[in-house]
Amino acid sequence: MTAAAVPAASPASTGEQPGVRLARSRRNAELSLLLLALVIVGAYGATVEAAVLDTVTPDFWIPTAVLAAVFLAMHVVIRFLAPFADPALLPAVALLNGIGVGFLRRIDLARAAPVERETLAVFAGNGGRQLAWTLASVALAAGLLALMRDHRSVSRYAYTLGLAGIVLVMIPAVLPAKYSEIYGAKLWIRVGGFSIQPGEFAKLALLVFFAYYLVRKREVLSLASHRVLGIDFPRGRDLGPVLAVWVLSVLVLVFEKDLGTSLLYFGMFVVTLYIATERVSWLLIGLILFFGGAYLAYVLGGVIGGPFANFHLRAEIWLDPFADPYQDGYQLVQGLLALGSGGLFGTGPGGGEPLEIPEVQNDFIFAGIGEEIGLFGLSALLVVYLLIVERGLRAALAVRDSFGKLLAGGLAFTLGLQVFVIVGGISKLIPLTGQTTPFLSAGGSSLMANWLLIAILLRVSDGARRPMTGAGGSAARPGGGPPEQLHGAPTEVIRP
Amino acid sequence: MNAPLRRVGVVAMVLFGLLFANLNWIQAYKADEYRNSDYNGRVQVAEYERKRGNIEAGGTALATSKETSGKLRFLRTYPGGDKYAHVLGYKPVNLADTGVERVENDFLAGTSDALIANRIRDMFTGDETGGGNVLLTLSKRAQEAAYNGLADNEVNAKKGAAIAFDPRTGAVQALVSMPSFNPNPLTSHDTDEATAAYNKLDNDPAGPLKNRALSEVLPPGSTFKIVVAAAALENGVGKNTEIPAGASWTPPTSGTPIRNAAPSICPEDQVTLLDAVTESCNTGFAQLGVKLGADKVKEKARQFGFEQDDLTVGQLGEDGLPTAASRTGSMEGPDGGTDPAALAQSSIGQRDVKMTPLEGALIAGSVANGGSQMRPYLVRQLLAPDRTTSYYTAKPRELRQPVSGPVASDLRDMMVSVVEKGSGGRAKIDGYQVGGKTGTAQSSPQTPDHGWFIGFVLGKNGTPISAVCVVLEEAGSGGSGEAARIAGKIMQAAIADSGGR
Repeated sequence: MTAAAVPAASPASTGEQPGVRLARSRRNAELSLLLLALVIVGAYGATVEAAVLDTVTPDFWIPTAVLAAVFLAMHVVIRFLAPFADPALLPAVALLNGIGVGFLRRIDLARAAPVERETLAVFAGNGGRQLAWTLASVALAAGLLALMRDHRSVSRYAYTLGLAGIVLVMIPAVLPAKYSEIYGAKLWIRVGGFSIQPGEFAKLALLVFFAYYLVRKREVLSLASHRVLGIDFPRGRDLGPVLAVWVLSVLVLVFEKDLGTSLLYFGMFVVTLYIATERVSWLLIGLILFFGGAYLAYVLGGVIGGPFANFHLRAEIWLDPFADPYQDGYQLVQGLLALGSGGLFGTGPGGGEPLEIPEVQNDFIFAGIGEEIGLFGLSALLVVYLLIVERGLRAALAVRDSFGKLLAGGLAFTLGLQVFVIVGGISKLIPLTGQTTPFLSAGGSSLMANWLLIAILLRVSDGARRPMTGAGGSAARPGGGPPEQLHGAPTEVIRP
Repeated sequence: MNAPLRRVGVVAMVLFGLLFANLNWIQAYKADEYRNSDYNGRVQVAEYERKRGNIEAGGTALATSKETSGKLRFLRTYPGGDKYAHVLGYKPVNLADTGVERVENDFLAGTSDALIANRIRDMFTGDETGGGNVLLTLSKRAQEAAYNGLADNEVNAKKGAAIAFDPRTGAVQALVSMPSFNPNPLTSHDTDEATAAYNKLDNDPAGPLKNRALSEVLPPGSTFKIVVAAAALENGVGKNTEIPAGASWTPPTSGTPIRNAAPSICPEDQVTLLDAVTESCNTGFAQLGVKLGADKVKEKARQFGFEQDDLTVGQLGEDGLPTAASRTGSMEGPDGGTDPAALAQSSIGQRDVKMTPLEGALIAGSVANGGSQMRPYLVRQLLAPDRTTSYYTAKPRELRQPVSGPVASDLRDMMVSVVEKGSGGRAKIDGYQVGGKTGTAQSSPQTPDHGWFIGFVLGKNGTPISAVCVVLEEAGSGGSGEAARIAGKIMQAAIADSGGR
C-alpha cells in the first residue's frame, strides 16, 4: 500500500553523520531543479490557455516569468545566506506554488466572461492576488533567513512566541462571529475587506515554543515513569503540559468549530513530545485523548448540539455525503465527482469544470486540480509534498542540536499532517475540516506562514550540512563569532 | 532523538500512503459512479455540447436547440409554446424529461446506436454534427384546431382533451390536453427558475402536466353504447331489430329507475337498434346490456382495447408516451354474481366504466376502418443529423380486430345516423360523411357532467380520413354538443391537411 508512496530519494534512512560530510553546497543542483520546476509551471500555464482560450496568448509567459524572478531571487538569497541548505526544498515548493498560481489563474479564466478572457491582467483575480502574495511571502522568507542566521537564536524568544501563539489562536475564538467567521469556521480576523488566518502563524510560534520547552524538559518527561503492560507511562504531574495543549485544541474545536486546526496543533505537539522523549506512550496517550475527544464531540453534537453541532454535522457528511447532496454534502460530493471525472490522467489542464465545486480556490483546490491532472498528476503532487516533508525530517536528523531536531522535525511533520488532513478530507478518507492546502490554496496567510516554515527548514538544513570548522562540534558562524548556545539550555548529551 | 525522527518519517510515509491508497480506491471503484452521477454537472455540460436534434411536424420545428453563450451551450426551446406541450414533453437541465423528448432522447441527443457512424465520422473530420431529427405524424392544422377548439370552448370547460388519428394507419394527427403549459421555462439553464416553474405547474390543482388525452380515465357515458351495440350485432340483433325501450326502466334488483336524457327520447316500448343509437336511448341499452350479460359486454370492450395498460404511443414497436388502461369495472353484486342494476348502468357508460380519450378515438377509428384497429403512433420518421439518411420510417401495424367487417359497417351506419339525424349534428362537415356518438357522463352529483364525442370522417370514396375523440370535463349541459362541434373542426382540419381526400 505504501509502496507507491516511496519517493525517488529515500531520505529518512540515509541521515548524514556529522564529520563525514562533504563541503558541497549543491546550489547548482538547486538551480537546475528550480529551472525544471519553472518549465513545468510555464508549460502548465500554456496548456491552460490552449484549453480554455483555444489559443496561447502572447502573454502566457508573464505570470511564470514573475514567479521565475521571485524564485530565482530567493535562490540567490539562499546562495549567500544559507549556502548549505537542502537543495530540493526550494524547487519543490516553487513547483507547488507555481501550479497553485497557475490553477487559480485558470479558475479566473473560467469565471471571466468569454470576451474578457484573453485580456485578463496578470495581477487580476485570485491568480493575480496569489502571485502578489507569493512575492510578499518569498520576501518574508528571505527576510527571515537574513534575520535568523542561526536557528538556535529563535529559542531566545520561545516564551514570547508561545504566548503570541496562544493569543493568535484565541483571538478568532473571542472575536464576535462578524469579525471571525467564514463558512462556519471561526478562524479569521476580518477587518474591512482584509482577512488573515492567525492560526497559520500560531502554528509556527507554538512549534518554536514546544521545541524549546521539550528540550528543557525531555529528561524528566522521558525518565520518570510507571511501567504498565510493557509500556512506560509518564508520571501524572508530567501530564500537565500535554493536557494543557489538549484542552487548547479542544477549545479550538469547540469555539472555532474547526477540527482540522485542532488536530493539527495536537498532532504537532504529540509528535514533538514523542521525538523529544522517544516514548511511544506519549503517542498512545495523545491518540487516545484526541480520538476520545473527537468521538465525544461527535456524540455530544448529536445529543445536545450547541457548539458541537458543527463537528457532528461534518462527521455525518463524512459518513454519507450523498445523504444530502444538494445542501450539506454538496461541496464534498462535488469534490468527489471532480476526482472521479478526472480519472487516471485527468481532463488536461484547463479541460475540467472546476467551478462545479463551490469555493474550489480554497479547501477543495486539490480536487479541482485533480480533475484536470488525474490520479497520476495528484500522485506527483503528493510525492512533491512528501519530498518536502522527508527533506525536512532529514535536516532534523542531520542537525546537531536537540532544539534544531525538534524544530525541523516538528515543522516537517506538521506540514505533512496538514496535507494529510485536507487531502484526506476532500477524498473522504477522514471527516472534512477547513484547512488550506499548503502552497496551493488561495490566501496570503497560509502562503506566508508556509514560506516562513520553509525558511526555517532551509536554515536548519543549512546548519546541518554546513562543514564544521572547529573540533568542538559547533557550527561555523558567518561572522566568525563565538558559537551561540541554545538560550538557557542545560548542557546536554546528544544521542547518536 | 534520531530514532523517533526516523519513525516519524515512516509515519509521514504511512499517512501519504493512505492518501495514495484512498485516491486509487476512488479511481478504481468509484470513478464510474462519480463520473455518471446525477449530481455531476459535467454530464450535462457534455450533453449540451452537442446540438440536440429537432422535433418537427409538417416541416415546422416544434422543438429546437439554440446556441447560447452560457456554460451549457444549447438551450432547448419550443416555438409552439403550450400547443404541443403534452406531445413533445420537455428536456430540462435538472428535472426529469418527458414526452417525445424522453422517448426519443437517445436519437435526439445523438447518442443512439443508430448514429454511431456519424459520431465516428465526426471524430475524424472534427465536425460537430448534432443529434438526429424526429419527425412527428401530427397535422399542424388539426393540432391547432384541437388546441383552439378546446381553449375557446363555448361551455367554459376548464379541463378536457382531444385526440385525432388516421384510422387507416394509426398516425396521430392531433393530441391536446387542456389545461396545457408552456414548456420553455422548464428548460431554462437557471435551474432554480426551472424548478420554480415546475413546482408551480405540479402544484396546480388543474393538473396541467397531465396528458389527459392518453391517461385521464372518465366515465364514457353514451359513447360506450357503440361497444354494447357491437356486442348486440354479434349476438343476433340486427341494425333494424326492435329492442325494448320505454321512458323508464327499473332493473330487477334495484329501486332506481333508468331514464332517458329527455322525455322525447324513445318513449315507445320498442325501437330499432339504429334508432336507439341515433337517439341515445338509455332504457333500450340498459335492457340490451342486461340481456347480453356482463361477460359479453366486458369481452367486447376488451376487444376494442379496454383493459390494456401497456399501450404506448410513440415510435411503433418502441417506447412511447404511456397510456392509462380503460376499464369496464365491476358489475357484480354483493353475492358475487352479476348485478343487473350495475350491468344496466355500465351498459350506458356509467357506474365503474372508465375510458381514456385515446380509447374513444380507437373505438371510432376501428368502426371507420372496417373493424381493424390500427396501433396509434406519433413518430413518423427518424432523420439523420444531415437530414439525408432516414433511420426509421413508420410501418403501420394493426393492433387488433375488435369487430368483423359487416358489424363495423352496421356500426358505421348507426354512427353516421347520429350525426345526420341525432345528437351529433354539430360535427357535420359539408360534402363529407361524418359519423359519431355523443356522450354525457355523470361523474358525481356535485359536479357538472362530462361531455364526450367520438367520431370519424370518411372521404369521398368511403375511406376514413380521421377518427377523433373530444372530451370536455365538467362541462355541464351542452358539453357533448360542444365536443361534437370541436371534433368537427378537428376533422375539417385533418381533411384540409390530407388534401381533401
